[in-house]
Amino acid sequence: MSMTTILQHCLTGISLGGAYALIAIGYTMVYGILRLINFAHGEIFMMAGYFMIFCMSSMPYFVAIPVVILVTVALGVAIERAAYKPLRTAPRMSIMISAIGVSYLLQNLATYLFTAIPRGYPEIPFLKQTFHIKDVSASLVTFLTPVLTIVIVVLLMLLINHTKIGMAMRAVSKDFETSQLMGIKINSVISVTFVIGSALAAVGSILYFTDRMSVTPFSGTLPGLKCFVAAVFGGIGSIPGAVVGGFLIGITETILVALGYSTFSDAFTFILLIVMLLFLPTGLFGEKSTDKV
Amino acid sequence: MSAHVLELKDVTMQFGGVVAVDSLSLAVDEGEIVALIGPNGAGKTTAFNVVTGVYPPTNGEVRFHDRVIVSNRPRGKMKKLYAGSSRGVYTASVAPSPDRITKLGIARTFQNIRLFKDLTVLENVLIAKHMNIKAGLFSAVFRLNAKEERQMRESALALLKIVGLEDARDEVASSLPYGKQRHLEIARALATEPKLLLLDEPAAGMNPQETDELTAFIRRIKEDFHLTVFMIEHHMNLVMEISDRIYVIDFGKQIAEGTPAQVQDNPVVIAAYLGVEEA
Amino acid sequence: MKTKKSTKRICSVLAFAALLAFLYLLDPNSMTMKLLQKGAILAVVAASMNLLNGFTGLFSLGQAGFMSIGAYITALLTIPVKSLDGVYYAGGMSEGIRAFKMAMEAGPAWLTSVYPFLALILGGVAAALVAALIGIPVLRLKSDYLAIATLGVSEIIRAVVSSPQMEKITNGSYGLNKIPNFPEMFGGAVPSKVTPFLIAAVCIALMVLLINSSYGRAFKAIREDETAAEAMGVNLFKHKEMAFVISSFFTGVGGGLLAMYLRSIDAKTFSIALTYDILLIIVIGGIGSMTGSVLSAFLVTVSKEGFLRFFDETLTIGGWQVPLFRAGFRMVIFSILLMAVVLFYRRGIMGTKEFSWDAVFGLPGWFKRKFGRKAARGGDGR
Repeated sequence: MSMTTILQHCLTGISLGGAYALIAIGYTMVYGILRLINFAHGEIFMMAGYFMIFCMSSMPYFVAIPVVILVTVALGVAIERAAYKPLRTAPRMSIMISAIGVSYLLQNLATYLFTAIPRGYPEIPFLKQTFHIKDVSASLVTFLTPVLTIVIVVLLMLLINHTKIGMAMRAVSKDFETSQLMGIKINSVISVTFVIGSALAAVGSILYFTDRMSVTPFSGTLPGLKCFVAAVFGGIGSIPGAVVGGFLIGITETILVALGYSTFSDAFTFILLIVMLLFLPTGLFGEKSTDKV
Repeated sequence: MSAHVLELKDVTMQFGGVVAVDSLSLAVDEGEIVALIGPNGAGKTTAFNVVTGVYPPTNGEVRFHDRVIVSNRPRGKMKKLYAGSSRGVYTASVAPSPDRITKLGIARTFQNIRLFKDLTVLENVLIAKHMNIKAGLFSAVFRLNAKEERQMRESALALLKIVGLEDARDEVASSLPYGKQRHLEIARALATEPKLLLLDEPAAGMNPQETDELTAFIRRIKEDFHLTVFMIEHHMNLVMEISDRIYVIDFGKQIAEGTPAQVQDNPVVIAAYLGVEEA
Repeated sequence: MKTKKSTKRICSVLAFAALLAFLYLLDPNSMTMKLLQKGAILAVVAASMNLLNGFTGLFSLGQAGFMSIGAYITALLTIPVKSLDGVYYAGGMSEGIRAFKMAMEAGPAWLTSVYPFLALILGGVAAALVAALIGIPVLRLKSDYLAIATLGVSEIIRAVVSSPQMEKITNGSYGLNKIPNFPEMFGGAVPSKVTPFLIAAVCIALMVLLINSSYGRAFKAIREDETAAEAMGVNLFKHKEMAFVISSFFTGVGGGLLAMYLRSIDAKTFSIALTYDILLIIVIGGIGSMTGSVLSAFLVTVSKEGFLRFFDETLTIGGWQVPLFRAGFRMVIFSILLMAVVLFYRRGIMGTKEFSWDAVFGLPGWFKRKFGRKAARGGDGR
């Protein structure tokens, strides 16, 4: 394989990885605070794709993008209020089942509203501009993704470490009950988490679908699971970890598909997951915790 | 010299830099009732957890009838962090899971009651009988072990009778009043046919009358079941009334040992519990 | 009021006979029969998933993967030799397996009649073996991670089964078809249409026997409190592995039955969505109740495929087309009903209770108490 092709694939991989990273952050933040694997996160990502299709058909892109982000955020917060909040005191299995139920509902809703036939994703003019560097060509989106991802992560880390709400989020993820006793408004913290997670999922979906060209109601399932694996890999609860995990999985997936093992590219992600859980369950940057007996 | 039933030698338990149990050495002899007392957070339950295999110790060993059942030496991260004095003394690494230790004949109750909440009173005790089942999976499923199952039931009901819960056998465990739940936990521990019974704050939450009943109860089961009892307790009446010997620990270290009378007058013990008067 | 044990026995026998008679009389090609058969198959898988999730407390989402193992093995073994070339039209079939199948088909009459059942059992055993292997690393994980790990295992199995590398055995992504329907039993005494119900009944009966045995109690103890169970001498790993392996065996058998029902399978049949379907069945039925899982399996299958289809057709009342009614609506309704159960009726239909004749005979009294009071009050208030 020539150098150009390798570089080309690397670029695609990094771009995919960036999208995965943004989605993985959503998983890791929600898990850090609620100890919940938000199975519905992948579906929120998918719905954002559909929102974009509809918005772009009636407004210019610079209005559509913020609108899509807002609507996705509204969806994410609504899901939290309706399906997760009532079960906060229930056993862990119940809330996970609720997340699976929401995921199921969104898939069926999308199939009902938009049919299962793939819908073409609209082209956002400036993103699709191709650039050429020597022999390697890629659209702006491919270059933009990693940059955007890093910028967002830096902003996020600033938020978490230097603002009051960030401190509240860190406190809640360490000890849910005591944080409430200390006067932290749990509902606000949780809502903020979902706002950030859903917004990132929306941005991630724009970056992901622009290259992919079409959306189906099941477009969110596999990316959703892979991004969760990315979050586990990086250490659940750690944002930099989720980013590293996202890039790793994106790049590896692209390489495997390029080498011709596309059926195994999905399986690889899960093998990685199991290997991680066996040998390094806290992930790269996670923290160990012992249970008191 | 007859072997101690239970012996802890230099047991240290460190969680990172926090030393929960510090070179604790103690012994319990056959037929004794020994109490482990000390202020809250002194490391008593942690010591129990080391004995029952919940945590492998950072260093030290535990012997049951002079046989090493738990042993460890500082390894990995602990090599640097170990703060104790008996480095290099213990070289073996024996870390059985708690069910193995129970099968050796050591049973325990828990500080915060850990009953099988949604199961019935009888089922709670029957589960403790499962470890001695001779029937394999196949026999059990096809009810080829009807006789053994009946024996387990009878023995479980007998235990329930002793704690006065025979009539409540089909009640859900979580619906019992608090005092009865504590009794059920003890009955359940007895169902494992132990030689050594570890009681972790059996009288917690009980009023003086219930504590008196418990005192008599512990004496009785010790006699009837030929037990050795090692208990953690805060109710001093119970401790002083029933113990043959007492160990006092604070900050993970043993600070006193002796008969109830000796310990009661020990100034170090008083200082640990009440503090020292400013001169 | 407790009914006598002998009365209960007679009732059970009568009910069983009545159900059996009903099934014998039903037309094998009717929609009802097809739905009931599917319900029975899903009941087996639901019961096995409940065994693991509801009774032992191990939140595993790997059912689809184990079903696919059972399905593929059963299909592989039962597809008649003469159809093989048609099925494996792309790459041809593995010679070793073909030779084995020819030997089996040439065997004595008793072998050919028992053979499909052996295929089902082998499917279950294969699934159990994979579970035994996977269980060693995976059962140590905490509940959330166990869920995702088993989900991952299910996807890995699916990828392996449909990969081009396995084409000679599993026909890769083309899937297997021309799978024969259910076999008859006892030389025709039990017709093919009734077979799945009997097999399902046997499987579920075995699982119920397990639950009520000492080992079943150990499983429940693990669900309630692992630390306490261990302290009472229950070896956690051994029992978790036992539950996992047994559950996977029955899941595999269910998969084999599904293959016989569908007559043709491919990797898409066993996607994660199938696991979610079973999970939702046991949630509706009540996690922790075998009766609930069985009832719910029939209820869900009949409603999903059956009367809820009503919502998928465009509905016109007196010339006015009711909005919303079009294809896909029934799944939305179903999903909403499901969320309602998860949020408001968390215990499901049966909670953790099982079927008992006492409860059935107590129903009239229950009705009288609930509605009799109101009628009495209404009469006096006038």
